[in-house]
Amino acid sequence: MSPTILLLLALGLGLAGWLAARARAYSFKREVPAGRLAALPNYHAWYVALWILIPAVIFIAVWSYIAPQLVSGSVLANPAAANLPEFGFERRAILNDAASVAMGKSPAVFNEQAKALVEPYREAIGQTRIIGIIITLVIGFLGGAWSFLRLRPDFGARTRVERAVMGILILASLVAILTTLGILISLTFETIRFFSMISPTDFLFGTHWGPDPMSTNPDPTRFGAIPLFWGTIYIGAIIAMIVAIPLGLMSAIYLTQYASPAWRSWLKPALEILAGVPTVVYGYFAALTVAPIVRDAAIAVGISSASSESALAAGLVMGVMIIPFVSSMADDSIAAVPQAMRDGSLAMGATTSETIKRVLVPAALPGIVAGIMLAISRAIGETMIVVMAAGAAANLTANPLEAMTTVTFQIVAMLTGEGSFDHPATLSAFALGFVLFLVTLGLNIIALRVVKRFREAYE
Amino acid sequence: MVSNQPSADTMVPTVEFADANSDLTPKMSARNVCVYYGEKKAIDDVSIDIQTKYVTAFIGPSGCGKSTFLRSLNRMNDTISSARVTGDINLDGEDIHAMDVVHLRARVGMVFQKPNPFPKSIFENIAYGPRIHGLADGKQDLDEIVEKSLRRAGLWDEVKDRLQESGTALSGGQQQRLCIARAIAVDPEVILMDEPCSALDPIATARIEELIDELRGRYAIVIVTHSMQQAARVSQRTAFFHLGKMVEYGVTSDIFTNPREERTKDYITGRYG
Repeated sequence: MSPTILLLLALGLGLAGWLAARARAYSFKREVPAGRLAALPNYHAWYVALWILIPAVIFIAVWSYIAPQLVSGSVLANPAAANLPEFGFERRAILNDAASVAMGKSPAVFNEQAKALVEPYREAIGQTRIIGIIITLVIGFLGGAWSFLRLRPDFGARTRVERAVMGILILASLVAILTTLGILISLTFETIRFFSMISPTDFLFGTHWGPDPMSTNPDPTRFGAIPLFWGTIYIGAIIAMIVAIPLGLMSAIYLTQYASPAWRSWLKPALEILAGVPTVVYGYFAALTVAPIVRDAAIAVGISSASSESALAAGLVMGVMIIPFVSSMADDSIAAVPQAMRDGSLAMGATTSETIKRVLVPAALPGIVAGIMLAISRAIGETMIVVMAAGAAANLTANPLEAMTTVTFQIVAMLTGEGSFDHPATLSAFALGFVLFLVTLGLNIIALRVVKRFREAYE
Repeated sequence: MVSNQPSADTMVPTVEFADANSDLTPKMSARNVCVYYGEKKAIDDVSIDIQTKYVTAFIGPSGCGKSTFLRSLNRMNDTISSARVTGDINLDGEDIHAMDVVHLRARVGMVFQKPNPFPKSIFENIAYGPRIHGLADGKQDLDEIVEKSLRRAGLWDEVKDRLQESGTALSGGQQQRLCIARAIAVDPEVILMDEPCSALDPIATARIEELIDELRGRYAIVIVTHSMQQAARVSQRTAFFHLGKMVEYGVTSDIFTNPREERTKDYITGRYG
């Protein structure tokens, strides 16, 4: 049952194999005339240990998945289970109740019917545990024995361990890729479920957003996501970029072209700290500091309708958050423009700023654009700032002083709402997430291709 | 080319500056110039006169400071923060360190070791200098400057139909002639060339050498080269640098046939360097 015990067992076996193989390899060393092996003793040791561990771990992974099914199968075969309710919630509740008592997680049963099942459970768990331990031992022993018998003074354990190392590294990198795929697949399934209830046209082109998680007969006209897309673009791609592009670019230019090395070594990390501030802290800052300032300023110039939650406040703070992304990409690509270009322009009698404007920035433009695209994809996926400062009202307006909402905000709102999980209002979160995922993926792919082509141009 | 070289007896002995012929006032003159990179002295007390309508070659083994000295003639060493230049350098009798560096570099152009056209069209590469210095009155004038510069650099016939193509798409030799045309476009008085052929094949090199000879009548040209044959082919004056010092300076044919210094002789005969 418990994979931890099995894993510890496998590790113990592996250690034993490791020590035994090492000892064996040292004994070869005395036998061989020159005392030279095809591989160092440690490689022999790792070879045997891996042959024990890898099959055992694979077995444990499979076993931890099938063992609970074996247990419940054997419990249901018990005569005491015959009078359980046939299907549904109650049946599951009774079984879970009995299981948790049997595993010692709860002191006593709630349901009288479960009482009779505790003992069969306990028995079944004990049996599967013993079976698991035996199989782990057998597998570990077989692997160890087979590999141990292959050890010879001229055995190439080194190259075999090398191959195993490569395999482990491939596995590690696959985890990230498979996770991305898994996210995409689960998003896709839930999105398909959503679109079976609400048509994609209503969702993608409707202009009214206001799903009611409580309604039994959801109204498709209240699932129009255009106001959310607009709010996302307006805050993340327009207001935030108006702040981030000039500031990021100018700071990159200052850092690469004007700052002395001493200044640069201070300023660059300081700027990068901005990227390390948790977004929730930016959220406080936006909601508690910037939003009131924006509102007061708006009222001072005579706009009395200004609300305390506004797209402008969220966008401004988001822009500041994004500055390091823009500036570090711009910095890299300006620094990647060959020194010869800069010298060539300066030698023509151009000033530093003319050189930057006419030669360096145009030459670095692809990299700068890619940085901006990455920044946009980061900004439109940002959640905390808008949750705290932009408001929840799905307004379709160009007035930056009004409250607006974004895709990410509504994902949070819908998933943490009161609706049941199969209600379209909750499922709409997945459809929104899917759209957001596709857009940011697209932006990232384009940005990476642009950067790649730019690199090729100079190498 | 060698055939065009003025015969030795018409030349001024340029080593004893005190004896310099009065009707040949130097275009640029350096006196007691030292260049430091941080603590390291890269150029030690160099004095030299550069005359217009001649090609002056700086030769010497790698690391002897010839490029460093060349770069101090248009203050390109200013862009290296650790570099420091002492001594006097004059252009037409005017101290270059007192001049606005922008004006200095417009009068003293430079061509680099590796062709470095801007990633812009051929036209824009040439138009760059005239634009920033405001030399052209309107589009037509600019067109004329571009054509004239490309003609002088011997590139016009090859590129006249594709002026809007990128300058980086040209071959290496064409790129270097584009860079020369770019330097010419602002109508400089001196052109500094820092090993302009070292990244080029022999045919492109021959073409550039021919071009240098054609340009000689109009500008003072200073060329750094590590090829002694090239110095002998294109220059009329040669300065030999060694370990940061200028060992010998004189008429090219004298330097190559009858060097006064033992070190020059050793270098020229290939004993080191």
